[in-house]
Amino acid sequence: MATNTKIFCNCSNQFGSDPNTNVCPVCLGMPGVLPVMNEKIIEFTVKAGLALNCEIRERSIFARKNYFYPDLPKAYQITQFELPICENGYVDIELEDGTEKRIGVTRIHIEEDAGKLVHESDGSGVDLNRAGTPLMEIVSEPDIRSAEEAKAYVQKLRSIMKYVEVSDCNMEEGSMRCDVNLSLRPFGQDEFGTRAEIKNVNSFKSVERAAKYEEKRQAKLLDEGGTVVQETRLFNADTGVTASMRGKEDAHDYRYFPDPDLVPLVIEESFINNIRENMPELPDARMKRFISEYALPKYDANVLTAEKSYAEFFETALKTHNNPKGISNLIMSELMRHANEKQCGIDEAGISPENLAEIVKLLDAGTISGNISKKLFEEVISSGKKPSEIVEEKGMAQNSDAGELEAIVQQIIDTNPDETERFRAGDKKLQGFFMGQIMRASKGKANPGVVSQLLNKLIK
Amino acid sequence: MPVLSESEDNNVSETISINDVKHIATLARLKFDDTAAEKIKDDLNSILGYVDKLNELNTDDVEPTSHTLDICTVTRADEVKPSLSNEDALSNAPSSGNAHFKVPKVIE
Repeated sequence: MATNTKIFCNCSNQFGSDPNTNVCPVCLGMPGVLPVMNEKIIEFTVKAGLALNCEIRERSIFARKNYFYPDLPKAYQITQFELPICENGYVDIELEDGTEKRIGVTRIHIEEDAGKLVHESDGSGVDLNRAGTPLMEIVSEPDIRSAEEAKAYVQKLRSIMKYVEVSDCNMEEGSMRCDVNLSLRPFGQDEFGTRAEIKNVNSFKSVERAAKYEEKRQAKLLDEGGTVVQETRLFNADTGVTASMRGKEDAHDYRYFPDPDLVPLVIEESFINNIRENMPELPDARMKRFISEYALPKYDANVLTAEKSYAEFFETALKTHNNPKGISNLIMSELMRHANEKQCGIDEAGISPENLAEIVKLLDAGTISGNISKKLFEEVISSGKKPSEIVEEKGMAQNSDAGELEAIVQQIIDTNPDETERFRAGDKKLQGFFMGQIMRASKGKANPGVVSQLLNKLIK
Repeated sequence: MPVLSESEDNNVSETISINDVKHIATLARLKFDDTAAEKIKDDLNSILGYVDKLNELNTDDVEPTSHTLDICTVTRADEVKPSLSNEDALSNAPSSGNAHFKVPKVIE
């Protein structure tokens, strides 16, 4: 969660600090200290719960999950077992073929993270900066039936969590992680088969690959008359294979019990209502609004609302120039390509929404051609100047002067007598050839509409 | 540990088996021989038998509780306060190096 501090102490929750510098007696697990709940976390969890259509529990409690590991200083993790904050929600996902499906959310509970181990030749190093950082665990119902659905579900969750701003969901930095639980059952059987839990699944692609691999592994095992063992397996993104984690057989007896250091958490109805009233517009609602308000195709609306930053960029650009489809096209083509190449967000690609809108405005006014608009886009990104200034400076304006263009068209006709003859005889495919020659001769500035008319007038 | 009379001891049912004791010992990283395990088993059963007396009370109208104090929702503001220095954080560690706590090699 994107809080300033850890869950039970005032240490910074900043990722990437020097090892063991965001630590204090509480998160180091020193004797005699008391954890105190960060109030922001209650707000964030309720927000996330409402966004996932959950019931918010009035009273929830904390538990200790007991196990020994060097990254866990207290030898127990504070988590929620019975009575989590949120229960019984759902997420609607859409698959690539357009099918929609509802995936149930069993619960959302909050817990502290463990530290990080660094493996060295002579032993292991422990960095406890991450120990005590706040996590929200979202558990889904067994409603997912394919690797594709699993991926779509995780992507949708990420989109929603970013919309409500409870986490940056950066998978590289570990601020969003997932475990895949998978089981098979013969056709017609009601009960689920024995499941395996797969950890270390750290990207959307890995979710899909891990699920596909595990599905095959279990199917082969069952076909050969074997049985699936309930166990934890690790996914290896380099090989695409899941492997059993050895030596953790005992680890599943966690002996949960209520943590005597923490009193129950009671969330007032008024607190929940206040958050509900201030909820931001969520991706599904925004998608529907983009279709009805801006008459965008569903595809565009889906792409533009998948990330909050896309939707914000789009709507800011509209304020400068009200051509939704034109702006959507330029965002989805040039801008997203740039952001992708630079591996950055679209608001960091080097063009403001206002400048992007101005390019569309110049295009709509006929000042520049479609070809030039792409060049202009590159120029704005590299120079940071206003599009209109660049058009002025570089003489990028489109030439619509029929008199001037006629001379160019005539020249191309004169130098290509064979093609001219064939075009006249009805070979309409040559239209493209002439357009290309004329555009080149005009350095891309000829207005294609005017050229097309001239061409048909001069070759008869 | 409470001292229990012989008579109570004899009435204790075997809620905890010797295998339970060994399992809990493994989880808690404790080591003792079979004689000690027997004694611990008897002690644990005595304690459970003693606590079992509470079941004689009628608690139909009592709400389940998870905490002994009658207070709830103790929170603090999300404000960063200074942490320990790396030197102070590591000062009690039996072994440290490269700003980390050092532990025997962990294989995942």
